[in-house]
Amino acid sequence: MLSRSIRGAAAATLAGTLAITAAACSKPGESGTAHGAGDSAVVGIAYEPETLSPLLGYGKDGNSKIFDGLLTFDDDMKLRPALAAELPQVSDDGRTYTYALREGVQFSDGEPFTSKDVVFTYRTILDKKTNNASKTELDAVKDVRAEGDHKVVFTLKYPYAPFAERTVLPIAPEHVAGEQDVNSGSFTTKPVGTGPYILTGWSKGEKLSFKANPGYWGGAPKVKKFTMAVIKDDDVRATRLRTGDLDGAILPPDLANTFKDDDGRTTYAARSFDYRTVTLPTHNKVAGDTDVRRALDVAVDRRAMVDKILDGAGKPAYGPVPTDSLWFAKGTERTHDLAEAKRILDEAGWKPGADGIRVKDGVRARFPLWYLSGDKLRQDHALAYASDAKKAGIDIKTQAGTWEVIMPRMKHDAVLAGGGAPGDPDFDQYTLLQSSLAGDAFNNMAWYDNPAVDKALKKGRESGETADRRAAYDTVQRELVKNPGYTFLTHIDHLYVVDDKWSGLTTQTEPHDHGLASGPWWNVEDWTPKK
Amino acid sequence: MARMAGRRTLFAAPVLLVVTFGVFAVAAASPFDPVKAYAGTAGLTASQENLDQLRANLGVDQPLVERWWRWLTSAVTGDLGDSSVMRQPVTDVITERLGWSVLLAVTAFLVAILLGTSLGVLAARRPGGWLDRAVSSAAYTLEAAPAFWLGLLAMWFFALELGVLPAGGLTDTDSDVVTFGQVATHLVLPAAVLGVSQLPWFFLYVRQGVADALDEDPVRGARARGLSERTVLLGHALRSGMLPTLTLVGSRVPELITGALLVETVFSWPGIAAAAVQAATSVDFPLLAALTVLATAAVLAGNLLSDLLYGLADPRVGFDG
Repeated sequence: MLSRSIRGAAAATLAGTLAITAAACSKPGESGTAHGAGDSAVVGIAYEPETLSPLLGYGKDGNSKIFDGLLTFDDDMKLRPALAAELPQVSDDGRTYTYALREGVQFSDGEPFTSKDVVFTYRTILDKKTNNASKTELDAVKDVRAEGDHKVVFTLKYPYAPFAERTVLPIAPEHVAGEQDVNSGSFTTKPVGTGPYILTGWSKGEKLSFKANPGYWGGAPKVKKFTMAVIKDDDVRATRLRTGDLDGAILPPDLANTFKDDDGRTTYAARSFDYRTVTLPTHNKVAGDTDVRRALDVAVDRRAMVDKILDGAGKPAYGPVPTDSLWFAKGTERTHDLAEAKRILDEAGWKPGADGIRVKDGVRARFPLWYLSGDKLRQDHALAYASDAKKAGIDIKTQAGTWEVIMPRMKHDAVLAGGGAPGDPDFDQYTLLQSSLAGDAFNNMAWYDNPAVDKALKKGRESGETADRRAAYDTVQRELVKNPGYTFLTHIDHLYVVDDKWSGLTTQTEPHDHGLASGPWWNVEDWTPKK
Repeated sequence: MARMAGRRTLFAAPVLLVVTFGVFAVAAASPFDPVKAYAGTAGLTASQENLDQLRANLGVDQPLVERWWRWLTSAVTGDLGDSSVMRQPVTDVITERLGWSVLLAVTAFLVAILLGTSLGVLAARRPGGWLDRAVSSAAYTLEAAPAFWLGLLAMWFFALELGVLPAGGLTDTDSDVVTFGQVATHLVLPAAVLGVSQLPWFFLYVRQGVADALDEDPVRGARARGLSERTVLLGHALRSGMLPTLTLVGSRVPELITGALLVETVFSWPGIAAAAVQAATSVDFPLLAALTVLATAAVLAGNLLSDLLYGLADPRVGFDG
């Protein structure tokens, strides 16, 4: 009896499956066709955000599509007012920032945006109970308070010139986010903001869908529907771009190259602050030696790395500031010069041993270099660096590991690190080079300790005068030539291939982190469909 | 039969208990740091103080047994806790994704069983014939082919070259509504790839089982009595040849889960498998424990199912055994 009913159930399941399969076969070719009008765009991205809540760190570098910050960056990385009506007024001592807010702005649920939301956002992020891993970036904030509905005043613990650049972080609505658990409430997946787009669906692991916000204070976007498909594998992303399923995608250089002769698509190379560097830990007998550091700095062939590893999509790096940035100290470029490297080492007493590896006072010129396992780009950089060093007589042993393995060794072992934040020169340089931050988590991984640099960094962040700041960061970069605590290798361009269906596409200078809003779609709200 | 099912279910409870504790223990011993995983790239610029605060907030600084006990006691009341990697309650993560994974796995499984069985019977009819040789060598090749590679190949051929099937996702990429027709078309490639990657085992077992059975006395007797080839093949040989295959049904479940993981990633299928990997590498205890319970339950149920089927197919096998 029972066995019969089981067989019946099996038959029913079978019939059901056949029905599904039949339905599947009856409508092939429906998808995979090009999207008709230019008012909808689909792009492929490689990383899925864990959360869409600004309170947990989403969109902290600005440009989050669903939200707006008080300020925003334009394509030149200049600050523009967004939810603030104008750029902030800074007090003479650099400790008070006053923002007048834009009036008449509404969240996408129809509630008005006021100063209360700003205060709520910043206070929640700074709250110890909030699991926001980026709150260190707001370290300077002592207090934030509202003055009436349309004015917000920040008071800082110390004068901090780049503070305005931090206020691009998105503002969350208190009436929604304040009503729930900030770390796991529904707001983290169903956000409500004031931005140009409204999230209509987030199918985790598949895609994020947006529709244009008709009541956007900056004007309703022309691209009415915007979809970000989450595709982790590079090859799959390229294939789906080729099938017409995607209108644009981020691709590594070799795959982007395969679209070069495509008439209907354009490749955009976004400049970036994304650097790869080798830390030369001060506590290592070899890497900590200034002469070894200087020798490595000229022994390395940066141009070859750009050409071979990055397929030309990048630039040689001499410090955290890219050579085409306004903050770059001209004349600090170092050319590849193996003879010079050998001369430096010879003069310093590092004499080649029998096997070609140099020795000084019984210390062999060798140290380990770690890179993140699975990251091919870092591996390639590490191997090229070791091979260049070998030619100068320095033996670098490359090893792969996860951060858990690498981190405890960073005081003595070199690491192939990456980073880069374009907002302000302080963002990268202070945390990379300030001696008091040595060994503080991932800050100052090389335990760099140079009083002249420390002084310049402090001046750079506290001074409100651009000329003073420029002089300070020039000093830092020149000190790095005399005593390079890191060998900076390359700045990497990010490549995007996009269909030619819209006009007005540009790219913004991008950080190390591939945010959702990187790429030509950083300003999708300004695209206009081509007729 | 009911007794066996009941006994197995009772037995499942301590197994699950041990497994969840094992997950907590292994995760705690793993070199991965949940705080670094939680912070992600932001952690690269965070101060030690900030990271320490996160460690306390996430509750990962507490001893292993205490953490496990707290998870267990709230889990039995239905509160599975919050997933740190997904920033949402574990129950939400599971309800959003589980259904899609089950749909994919069940369809793939049926494809593998039906296709594997029919090809196996056909091949066993003429061992060494052209069909047998062709399918057998294809099966051995497939056994070695990674599901990931099969997926890329299928996508290239059906989506790019022929343009007849969508390359990924649950629905058309620019569509927000989940309709039956869309899900069905989008299911074809991932389910076929996953099913085909499981097919060799079923094919080879059935082929062997049926071929052996055809040589056995009862079948030879049936043939001698002049019963039709069809009756002999399906009524007699398949029935006894299926027995080893039924055991296979249960034992393939774990393989199906790992296969689903790769297939889900290739096809951007919004299932639970991808979440499982993230949970593991991020040492997301609540999510990891809940998913392990699910996977263990699936394996136990798979084993129970194959034993039940075995009993049904072969009256000589008792249910208490």
